[in-house]
Amino acid sequence: MSNPHSSFQFHHTVGERTFGFVDLADLMAKATPARSGDRLAGVAAESAEERVIAQMTLADLPLTIFLEQLLIPYEDDEITRLIIDDHDKQAFAPISHLTVGGFRDWLLSDLATPEVLTRIRQGITPEMAAAVSKIMRNQDLILVAKKCHVKTAFRNTIGLPGHLSTRLQPNHPTDDLTGIAASMLDGLLYANGDAVIGINPATDNVQQASRLIKMMDEVIQHYEIPTQSCVLTHVTNTIECIDQGAPVDLVFQSIGGTQATNDSFGFNLANLAEAQDAALSLNRGTVGNNVMYFETGQGSSLSANAHHGLDQQTCETRAYAVARKFNPLLVNTVVGFIGPEYLYDGKEITRAGLEDHFCGKLLGLPMGCDVCYTNHAEADQNDMDNLLTLLGVAGCTFIMGIPGSDDIMLNYQTTSFHDALYARRALGLKPAPEFDAWLAKMEIFKNNEQFTLNNQLPDAFQQSLNRMIGGRS
Amino acid sequence: MSTKKTKTLDINASANEEAVIENPWQTLNAFTDARVGLGRSGVSVPTKHLLAFQLAHAQAIDAVHTQLDTHQLAKALTEQDWAPDCAPLILHSRATDRATYLQRPDYGRRLDDESGRILDKHTAENPHLAQYDLAIAVVDGLSSLAIEQNTVPFLAALSTYLNPNNTTSKHAQEHWNIAPICIVQQGRVAIGDDICQRLNAKCVLVLIGERPGLSSPDSLGLYLTWEGKVGLTDASRNCISNVRPAGLVYQEAARKAFYLLNEARTLKLSGVNLKDRSDNDLILNEEVESRNFLTN
Repeated sequence: MSNPHSSFQFHHTVGERTFGFVDLADLMAKATPARSGDRLAGVAAESAEERVIAQMTLADLPLTIFLEQLLIPYEDDEITRLIIDDHDKQAFAPISHLTVGGFRDWLLSDLATPEVLTRIRQGITPEMAAAVSKIMRNQDLILVAKKCHVKTAFRNTIGLPGHLSTRLQPNHPTDDLTGIAASMLDGLLYANGDAVIGINPATDNVQQASRLIKMMDEVIQHYEIPTQSCVLTHVTNTIECIDQGAPVDLVFQSIGGTQATNDSFGFNLANLAEAQDAALSLNRGTVGNNVMYFETGQGSSLSANAHHGLDQQTCETRAYAVARKFNPLLVNTVVGFIGPEYLYDGKEITRAGLEDHFCGKLLGLPMGCDVCYTNHAEADQNDMDNLLTLLGVAGCTFIMGIPGSDDIMLNYQTTSFHDALYARRALGLKPAPEFDAWLAKMEIFKNNEQFTLNNQLPDAFQQSLNRMIGGRS
Repeated sequence: MSTKKTKTLDINASANEEAVIENPWQTLNAFTDARVGLGRSGVSVPTKHLLAFQLAHAQAIDAVHTQLDTHQLAKALTEQDWAPDCAPLILHSRATDRATYLQRPDYGRRLDDESGRILDKHTAENPHLAQYDLAIAVVDGLSSLAIEQNTVPFLAALSTYLNPNNTTSKHAQEHWNIAPICIVQQGRVAIGDDICQRLNAKCVLVLIGERPGLSSPDSLGLYLTWEGKVGLTDASRNCISNVRPAGLVYQEAARKAFYLLNEARTLKLSGVNLKDRSDNDLILNEEVESRNFLTN
């Protein structure tokens, strides 16, 4: 008890001053680049200096500490149990001697090739990924993520290097089929929708989900589109849809990084396993069998008062352990949707998007990003252009595509169909190969190499349009 | 000089026409508010639509950041023939300014000390009044525009249900004894709980400016809480959203709100156990107009 710093597990002295950190969770939180959610939770560093001191202290810790000091107790949390029980010691062996700071150097080095990164990914825990990301600059997050190749498949192949996919998001405030079909047509003719055609239903129940699933299945079959559909309803609703015979391609669920967060979302790991089995039993994939679609976002645990005193980025990364367990086709961090009390402005949203993409990819997830903002955040289209470009460079798996960036159901702005084409042209990123071939066959693209669209309406769609316009006028 | 300039502009104009590719399916925008069929300059959004978007975003930003004119609103409310006898009370949350409000939702949920005193004083000075059946809190939330445009017409519509013909009903059970309207700056939904508790009202109806959408900067939200008290969560509330002329119209919003108010009074609760069945007869008709033209 003679030690004046006995209440601190970690300390670091600079000149005359000694900084103390209560425990590993405190150190992780204070090492996190500044954001409003951590200030709201009262876990953020109190000064710019304290933040960097925390980063220095964190950099000196061995990666093995995250296997010994669990941020949420094993007994209390099924995600902690998942992380520890599924940890692959053999895969971890090549990096087990490293500190957090050494891990950053190693990841950036030429030792960490795409093949090596694939081999070790099951040895990396979410907390290790979160820790190293906290001491990485944006360009580090981009460069390493670009080396992490994650390939998944259902009716097409997602995640090949040099490719970028898009979720066509034809949401409508009353789930009106004409309105949804109009947005779908617009998206397909702008070459969007290879990741998934995914609807957030306005009315969230089993009957409505089934109706929308059937509608999308009809469109996919009619035009023989090599893509998959999903209604973003609760996992238990989708299980019921499958039981009732609905043609379900992908099972959706919003997930968080603590058991208490997922309790507040009304599901547990057993529900996800049941849903995955049910979707696999339908055997609807033609190229592969990744049947899950997860969404995440920093701040969800704090919002549910289920963060256990952890910073929001660490909670977020723990959610990737949940995703990884179920071999998803797609994981989407909805980075700017939650609002300015968690990510205040364009700078914080950009940083969080790059962190989430990096951590997800490092852990082996097909990580996409809803590059988005709400009207009460200090952000605008230029911030989204920047993040989209950065993520395109980083090898992001997929982004959203919506008419004119305006989601008229969820009342937020995300990337448009046009934005995706911008990213393709600026960075040379192609859609999934099967979908790319379909775009050529349907004469949507006039030139697939230069991403040039047809100036004329392709014949197959002319008939559909006549049905609508002709029938109405 | 001027001739030369005009000529240059003409060349630009004709070049512009060829640069923009219109979409043959742009007429589909008659069937949805989604920004479909915008056309393209290369693969980018044409100037006309780019600037239309920027204008909509600017309006939404202004809705968030423009301060609610509480005195103007109080004056307008006082002038209504259905207004409660007591003048509106003007209150403020613990969030001192908009930047704080946006980052600290916890501050926006509680009244500041001065506002607490105003309400406590009102309750102490009016002990002879029977308990209020309903407190109404008009809260700026994320859109002062929504409050300015929709508060008076919505409350006018609601008043025709609450106290028909503006006379006291003979049946005490049907009469609504309404507390003075509270106008709150920098408030969140849950600030209604603080107000309900201090006014000793049986329930509280919060009118709040919703997070503005790009095409709906003026959307009003309604939240009903039975026996509101500090610490309740959203599970204790019923919500009616998107109240505005281009969304849920006042008469409909008032009908739904009155349905929920009556149900809450009968069941003595609100929230997840109070189901909105006010539309049970209407839902079946929705299918008629809805048609997937892509396949049939």
